[in-house]
Amino acid sequence: MKDNRSIKERDLGSKPAREKVKIAAFLCKWCSYAGADLAGGSRKKYPPNVIVIRTPCSARTNPLFVWKSLEKGLDGVLVSGCHPGECHYSEGNYHTRRNFAVFRKLLEYIGIEPERFHMSWVSAAEGDKWAEVVKDVVKVVESAGPNTYFSKKKEDNG
Amino acid sequence: MARIGVFVCHCGTNISATVDVKKVAEIAKGFPGVKFTTDYRYMCSEPGQDLIQKMVKEHNLTRIVVAACSPSLHEKTFRTCTQNAGLNPYFFEMANIREQCSWVHDDREEATLKAIDIVKLAAAKVGKNNPLQTTFIPVEKRVLIIGGGISGIQAAIDVAFNGFETVIVEREPSIGGRMAMFDKTFPTLDCAACILTPKMVEVNQSDLIKLYTYSEVEEVSGYVGNFKVKIRRKARLVDENKCNGCGTCWQRCPVRLPSEFDMNLGKRKAIYVPFPQAVPNVPVIDQEHCLYINKKKCGICKKVCPFEAIDYEQKDEVIEEKFGAIIVATGFTMFDHSIYGEYGYGKYKNVTTGLHFERMLNSSGPTGGKIVRPSDGKEAKKVVFIQCVGSRDEARGMPYCSRLCCMYTAKQALLLKEHNPEAEAYVFYIDIRAAGKNYEEFVERVQDEYGATYLRGRVSKIFQRNGRLMVRGCDTLSGTQIEIDADLVVLATALIARPDAIKLAQMLHIPYDQNRLFTEAHPKLAPVETVTTGVFLTGACQSPKDIPDTVATASAASVKACGLLSHEKLPIDPQIARVDVEICSGCLACQEVCPFGAIEKEEIVDRVTQQKRWVAKIAPSLCNGCGACNTACRPGAIDLDGFTEEQIFGQIESLTADKGDER
Repeated sequence: MKDNRSIKERDLGSKPAREKVKIAAFLCKWCSYAGADLAGGSRKKYPPNVIVIRTPCSARTNPLFVWKSLEKGLDGVLVSGCHPGECHYSEGNYHTRRNFAVFRKLLEYIGIEPERFHMSWVSAAEGDKWAEVVKDVVKVVESAGPNTYFSKKKEDNG
Repeated sequence: MARIGVFVCHCGTNISATVDVKKVAEIAKGFPGVKFTTDYRYMCSEPGQDLIQKMVKEHNLTRIVVAACSPSLHEKTFRTCTQNAGLNPYFFEMANIREQCSWVHDDREEATLKAIDIVKLAAAKVGKNNPLQTTFIPVEKRVLIIGGGISGIQAAIDVAFNGFETVIVEREPSIGGRMAMFDKTFPTLDCAACILTPKMVEVNQSDLIKLYTYSEVEEVSGYVGNFKVKIRRKARLVDENKCNGCGTCWQRCPVRLPSEFDMNLGKRKAIYVPFPQAVPNVPVIDQEHCLYINKKKCGICKKVCPFEAIDYEQKDEVIEEKFGAIIVATGFTMFDHSIYGEYGYGKYKNVTTGLHFERMLNSSGPTGGKIVRPSDGKEAKKVVFIQCVGSRDEARGMPYCSRLCCMYTAKQALLLKEHNPEAEAYVFYIDIRAAGKNYEEFVERVQDEYGATYLRGRVSKIFQRNGRLMVRGCDTLSGTQIEIDADLVVLATALIARPDAIKLAQMLHIPYDQNRLFTEAHPKLAPVETVTTGVFLTGACQSPKDIPDTVATASAASVKACGLLSHEKLPIDPQIARVDVEICSGCLACQEVCPFGAIEKEEIVDRVTQQKRWVAKIAPSLCNGCGACNTACRPGAIDLDGFTEEQIFGQIESLTADKGDER
């Protein structure tokens, strides 16, 4: 049932932080970010778990950003750029693809669930696809549950 | 310490309907560095912007966050506003809580929480923004136009009228493009050649327009104001300066080949001009079929040429020129209907396309204006037109509507009747889309005055019976199945992107859509611009367009290009990469990944060791700020202004601040 009370009435402050998974998405501004804008323009609904960080090109997304996000306790990360061959900077996403192919292996090696890291290619014309990608990613990350890898490590060490 | 102001926009009810903007503003007060927050109905309006400027003064703010729509819409607006408030324009960040929040979520609480996160990200970033100064680059005051069809021609004329030099690069031996092939134009029935050729002549005679026909763009480098373009001038084997187009050579050439211009319905020679009104009126030698080139025989053209213009030794030439702006006018090609089994897989000679029919209608065309059956050359009296062949067919063709087929089919049905009042015209259609000035009236006229029979429905099969084409289809309005024994079937095939469109798009760094049509910067508000500053679109390379729309976009694109060129200097985005030479180890991994060749190695004297060593150096005018080098840099010596490591790590940390506390 829809809750029609205003936020003030429900008092956000006393509410515990969201139990739902929280995912950071690094989107290139030319394709995927514009695709996400188009999803908005066409009023495609998708879950609110994904927070977008805008980058000029997916190649700007240093694998360290993904690492940091997971280390700091985010439950999942999505990196998205233009379709291969359609990069605004002509070849940036090829670098991205290679960088993260290696990085994914590193995550596996360390023992972080592969469900936490995702990549996609969403063009500026694919608002529908963006909504679908978000739905899929949220579903998969939810299946992995909250990311406790690093917090547990800290407890073990401490 | 930065003093941040957060301004939350309602955008009418676009945001405030799903996001509690007051709550967002209230919570944002608690973010690090935030000194002032407020909300307002329309932040982008003049009072909204005034509010920002006023609050900056009142609260001594040094950084601005506006939580509103997408930065692609209003980043520029608020940058200017920030500057007007007396701050560096890059001391501003936009939090996109409309397109990526209020419009995509229903739950008010969830959306508000997300909006808070988005604002938090922007606030975390803005505090670490560096003051950036816009730099300026000089502008080369010339325009390159790729494609010499009606859109390229119109654009060139308009640019020249504004007093700037232009170059048209056309792949074919003559300018004129598709329009030169048409007989008459809808809805006024102007003869296409009569309205096009004066324009072609104007282009040829203008001192400010240079024509490179039979040429192709091979490489584009540089950036707005300073594009460097390599153009391949294919060997014509005819000296353009000597030839005066007398035609002796092509009259005497013994090789007869199907003419591409006449859709293979007529013949041309191995040395030829594609059509009589060609501009420039200089022939080319078809090297694939010329007897002299292939067998060292013949050589007649060289013997008969009174001006010694024939030069068999001529080679392709690649020239490099500089331009300030580029207009893309490469047009379209026709969908190949041979994938359709129901229309005979392209194997029936008498199943043709609109463009074939157009050539037949033309009195200077291959049939002298007679409508004939290509199979035997006999007059065609019963003609069936089928619309939407390849258009509006997601499964096998193009998902989009090609926009002009309804109109040119109506025109062709009318002209058929004018050529032969005894002839019968049948048109199979799905819907009639005649949105344009006097278009609907025209289609009505074709049906009422000229008696063309319009049948709403698809054709299920074309087959041969007793040497005649049988067209079987349905008329969904009367609910009956129909069989027509036709002399000729004309398919209105879809207009599609050229097969090499992607190659050009990659050369120019412009995006294209799933149909390989070039994408404009904004579908409504920047319809002829592309995301690459200085590159503009016109005509059917962007989407199917009729002649009026093509001419309109050509004029629009030329105004945009001239607007750029009217500046002595252009600002370039200062959000580019920079190297910290103290950290740079000189490995130059960055150079490998830079798509723009913006990184060079530079010798410096090390501050500590006093020894010479190499470091990376970035050319600001070439760097486009993609950031690939940042990621490639092993020691972390390169950073990207506007998207620095510190900023992005800061954003990640802000996002996880509450998460950390929780555990």
